Amino acid sequence: MRPFVIKNGRVVDPSQGIDGLLDVAIQDGLVREIAPDIDAGGCETFDASELIVAPGFIDMHVHLREPGFEHSETIETGSRAAAAGGFTSICCMPNTSPVNDNATVTRYITDRARQFAVVNVFPIGAITKNSAGEELSSIASMKEAGIVAISDDGRPVMNSRVVRRAMEFACSLDLPLIEHCEDLHLSAGGDMHEGVESTRLGLRGIPRSSEDVMVARDIILAEVTGARYHVAHISSKYSVEMVAFAKRRGMPVSSEATPHHFALADSEMHPYDGNYKMKPPLREPSDVSAVAEGLIQGVVDAIATDHAPHPGDEKMQEFERCPFGIIGLETALGLSLERLHHNGRMTLPHLVGLFTTGPARILSLNRGTLQAGAIADITIFGLTHCWTYDVNNSPSKSRNTPFNGRTFTGGPVATIVGGKIVWRAD
Amino acid sequence: MSGGLLDIESLARPEIEAILVRAKDFQPAPGETFGRFDILRGRTVVNLFFEASTRTRTSFEIAAKRLGADTLSITGSNSSVSKGESLVDTLNTLGAMRPDAIVMRHSASGAPHFLSRYLPIPIVNAGDGTHEHPTQALLDALTILDWLDPAAETTALPKSLEGLRVAIIGDIAHSRVARSNVFLLSKFSASIVLCGPASLLPRELGQIAPGVELTNDMQQAIRGADVIMMLRVQLERQHEAPISANEYFQFYGLRPEHMQDAKPGVIVMHPGPINRGREISSEVADSNRSAILNQVGNGIAVRMAVLERVLAR
Repeated sequence: MRPFVIKNGRVVDPSQGIDGLLDVAIQDGLVREIAPDIDAGGCETFDASELIVAPGFIDMHVHLREPGFEHSETIETGSRAAAAGGFTSICCMPNTSPVNDNATVTRYITDRARQFAVVNVFPIGAITKNSAGEELSSIASMKEAGIVAISDDGRPVMNSRVVRRAMEFACSLDLPLIEHCEDLHLSAGGDMHEGVESTRLGLRGIPRSSEDVMVARDIILAEVTGARYHVAHISSKYSVEMVAFAKRRGMPVSSEATPHHFALADSEMHPYDGNYKMKPPLREPSDVSAVAEGLIQGVVDAIATDHAPHPGDEKMQEFERCPFGIIGLETALGLSLERLHHNGRMTLPHLVGLFTTGPARILSLNRGTLQAGAIADITIFGLTHCWTYDVNNSPSKSRNTPFNGRTFTGGPVATIVGGKIVWRAD
Repeated sequence: MSGGLLDIESLARPEIEAILVRAKDFQPAPGETFGRFDILRGRTVVNLFFEASTRTRTSFEIAAKRLGADTLSITGSNSSVSKGESLVDTLNTLGAMRPDAIVMRHSASGAPHFLSRYLPIPIVNAGDGTHEHPTQALLDALTILDWLDPAAETTALPKSLEGLRVAIIGDIAHSRVARSNVFLLSKFSASIVLCGPASLLPRELGQIAPGVELTNDMQQAIRGADVIMMLRVQLERQHEAPISANEYFQFYGLRPEHMQDAKPGVIVMHPGPINRGREISSEVADSNRSAILNQVGNGIAVRMAVLERVLAR
């Protein structure tokens, strides 16, 4: 691989506390050095004037739908959407068919990713067999095959005893346990956040409490077991408070938030439009600000998209029949800049950290840094250019987003994985 | 209203007034039947009922026919839905046959709203899930106005809804009738008391429109009421174990002894079908305070006014 130099960019690397006008030299797929005015010496250069050069972004929560639901997304198309969103690494949830609950499926995913993915793919294994919430899956052998965490995302483990055992096991293997926090009895039948809006629209509610009781239970069990526990897509103001409480106690508890949960409230939904239907649901304005505040205060450690592709016909139905989930890889950075940085609430290094050091630390990944010798995964993005998201140009196979047609200020410009440019804005 | 009638919430007060005033024209004289008109001659109205319905479907059908329109009714059990066709495809297929309006009832809240984004034909919502039932609220308003002042000047009609105290009692959570009535009465500054057991009366209801108060105490709801609207317990929408029928009737069933707490001229209404001995006793349902059958008659007059307005060229 030919060496090249990224010139004249503002390098923001929170892992080393770097924020300055610097050049980045890349050789053999690794970062060779970061320094001012590196002499390219005739090798290729990338002019990053006016742009930010950051460690490659990590999305620790995506659904790639392969194997089993290739009509919605594949490892290849999902990875291309990731690259177009500035992500160099994505972690895929195990709710495929078959479920990623054993090393054979894990290896299938990593093999397919090696062949077809343009970004790094790190699988997350199921907590229980078939994510049925009863028997533990083959966690240790999946770890050998490459999983970076365990989760029964979308099918939360209701049996507290099973969660306890899973936490004990995960702890011994030094894997984090990621929970989609939803008490299924409290949320049963619900289609959107339970509140004034759902009451007005006559739709069945998913109460905030269905998230909160799960977060509370899990924090108690994490205390008992000492496990590394991570709350996926936190959306409730009370859950943010509970994670803050656990952190104050010094527990290894972390959380992530999706851009839609800090950018949109239930009151902003287009009524009965399936592109606004996801779990957890869009909550009230007070929750939206609490999630943003959680990110600003460091209670929330990472931004993750919960990219959940569904084909158009499945979302073009009566609201109660539409499946849950929206795609989000390409709009994550634009929304984050809009809601957190451009309004002056968060510094750029902090924001970059939520996409890099945050998830890397939670999952113990050797990514999210531009240290000399590190794998050259690099995200280059702008802060000022205006662009409009047109989902019909998305590399994803699915089109389910509420953000189609939205105009953003700043966003991804180029994505470099292992020293190779895998995506560049037109 | 060339786009149809999807809900009361988004309907402006002057539109509501115009419909009520026009409906007065269509009310038959005592002892007579509804008049025949040529207003919608040559127009086709499709009644598409994905949920069982007797009174609403019949009422819309008669209303359309009395205006001279051709109507046909399709019900859920013999429709293509049972063959796995999506709702959008079903409606597009019907749309290709160029009806002038579709009257639709569906078990999913928002189904007509969702369809109206894709379909160029006006849709009249005849009840969507637990959301709204706009023509029911309109016919209820007409019934109240008639009862209060049968000789009223037609043009001044809706003004007299202002300041009324209306108690709506029963399974509010699952009631599209309650929601439409709340939105309508609130636009006329009526004071609305919603009453039911806590599990069927979400607190958020108090915030969906101005002028709404909530209580779990039936006596408190009825005290000083001008109008009492009883609702059916919608077991089919509850998805969980209901309160026993016996206990329900004891605490939320309307019986003769309740009537003395209300205003002397109080009227009792019910959108039907009524469950005697569950939410209302036969003595009350059949008493001279009951306007239940007036509601049924007014349904036709109001739906004539709505169809005329929706199909106006």
